[in-house]
Amino acid sequence: MPIIINGREVPAPADARVSLLDFVREHVGLYGTKKGCNQGACGACTVLVDGERILSCLALAVQYEGRAVTTIEGLGSNGALHPLQQAFIDHDGFQCGYCTPGQICSAVGMAQEVARGVPSHVTDDLAATEIALDADELRERMSGNLCRCGAHNGIVDAIAEVYAGAGA
Amino acid sequence: MIELAYSRAADAADAIRRGQDDNARYLGGGTNLVDLMREAVETPSALVDVTGLSAEIAETEDGGLLIGAATRNTAVAEHPVVRARYPMLTRAIVAGASAQIRNMATVGGNLLQRTRCTYFYDSDGSRCNKRSPGAGCDAIEGFNRMHAILGASPACAATHPSDMCVALAALDAVVHVRGAAGERAVALCDLHRLPEDRPDRETVLEPGELITAVKLPRSDLAGHSTYRKVRDRSSYAFALVSVAAALELNGDAIADARLALGGVAPKPWRAWRAEELLRGRPPTEDTFLEAADAELAMARPLSGNAFKVELTRRTIAAVLRQLSEGGHR
Repeated sequence: MPIIINGREVPAPADARVSLLDFVREHVGLYGTKKGCNQGACGACTVLVDGERILSCLALAVQYEGRAVTTIEGLGSNGALHPLQQAFIDHDGFQCGYCTPGQICSAVGMAQEVARGVPSHVTDDLAATEIALDADELRERMSGNLCRCGAHNGIVDAIAEVYAGAGA
Repeated sequence: MIELAYSRAADAADAIRRGQDDNARYLGGGTNLVDLMREAVETPSALVDVTGLSAEIAETEDGGLLIGAATRNTAVAEHPVVRARYPMLTRAIVAGASAQIRNMATVGGNLLQRTRCTYFYDSDGSRCNKRSPGAGCDAIEGFNRMHAILGASPACAATHPSDMCVALAALDAVVHVRGAAGERAVALCDLHRLPEDRPDRETVLEPGELITAVKLPRSDLAGHSTYRKVRDRSSYAFALVSVAAALELNGDAIADARLALGGVAPKPWRAWRAEELLRGRPPTEDTFLEAADAELAMARPLSGNAFKVELTRRTIAAVLRQLSEGGHR
C-alpha cells in the first residue's frame, strides 16, 4: 500500500528502518521537512498525518502505509502561501528558518486540537469544551517546537494572528 | 547493518504468534523504541506493529474504564470520562512529552518505555548494567542529578520516565496481558520491578507477552485528584519530581488518599506509607509533611540529587494542601 504524501501516492520503502522523515526528504525529494535532533527533542521534523501533528523522525515510514501525510510543501494551494506562512513572514517568526516548517505544521495541528477541545498542561478547567487560545495556552501547546534563534515571540504573534483572533 | 523485518499484527493472537521470536519487539508509536534502535541500545531483528489492535476506551459494568493498549496518549487525555472521573490521569498525560509525541505514543508503549538515563543511551562510551548486565554503572558516581532517591540499588539508579504511569499507579490500574500461555492481569504497581542486581529486567512480563489493555477501576476518590510535575523548564522536560494525588475529606479528617511519585524512583512509586499515615488525620500542613517524611525516610540520595528529597517533600505537601482546599490544578 502506498503512502500519500501531499495528495500523491508514493510506494512505501522496502527497508523498514527508514524513518518517515528520511522518506519524505531522501526518497520523495521534499526537503522542506527538517532534521534537527533526529531524536524527538526539537520538533523540526513535525508533519501532519491525517491532520494530526507527529514527529516524522520517530516514525518508521512503513507504519504509515495508506495514511495521508502533509508536509510544509502541501500546505499552500496553487502557489499561494498558507495564511500561517504569510503570518510568519509578517511577524518575523523566524531568523534562520530551519525550525519554521515544523513550527508551521505543528501550529496547524495544534489549531485542530484546540478546536476539538483537547486540554493542555495549562488548561484550568478540564470540563471546558471550548478553549481560548491565550498566550499561555499557545506557548504550552507549541512547546514541542524549539527555535534556537529565539524567534519565539514572533512565532507566537504569527500563530495568534491566524488562530487566536485579535492576538494572544 | 542489522536486517529488520516488519509486520502488522491483525489481532492480539496474531501479534503474540509473531512476537514469540526472541529478537522480536512489539512496536507502538515508536517514540521510544525507534530512538533506542537508532542508538543501538535496542537491536531487534523483527518489529510487530500492534498499533492496529484495540484503541477503544470503554466504560465497564462495574463503573470503571477499559483502555485498549493501542490508544494514543492524546485520546486518553481528551476522553470526557477520563477528564471528569480521573482528572489526575489527563493532567499527567498532558504534562508529559510534547503534543506531537502524545499523538503518536500508545498506552502500552508508555508503560514499557525505558529510562532516559544518559549513560543508558550512551552505548559507545558508558558502562550501564541495564544495557549490559554486570558491566557497571557510570551514573552512580557520575552525573546523577535526575536519578532515583527511592528504590534504587548499587547496580542502577535510573528513573522510570513516564508521567502517565504515576497516575495509573495512584489509580490502582490493572494491566491486561496476553501471551502464549494465555491471559493474565497485573496490577500496575506490580508491573515494574526494582533494579536490585538485575536492572535489565524492568517488568514482570515474560518474553513475548503483550499488553492488551489497561483497566481503571471505579474510584469515587479519583474525581478529586490532580498531578503536579516539577521540572527544569515549564514544559517538555522530564520530571525532577512529580506527584499524583487524590484526597477525600470527611469533615475535619482525611477519609482516604492516593499518592504516587514520579521522577524519583526506578518505577512509578506508590507512596503506601504516606497514604496510611494520612487516613483519619486532619488535613493540615503538619499532617502532609509528616506523611511525606514517612515515605522519604527510605530515601537514599546520590552525590548529585539530595535536593530531590526536600523537593519531593514540599511538592507532596503542596499538592495535598491544594486538594484539601478544593483546588484542582
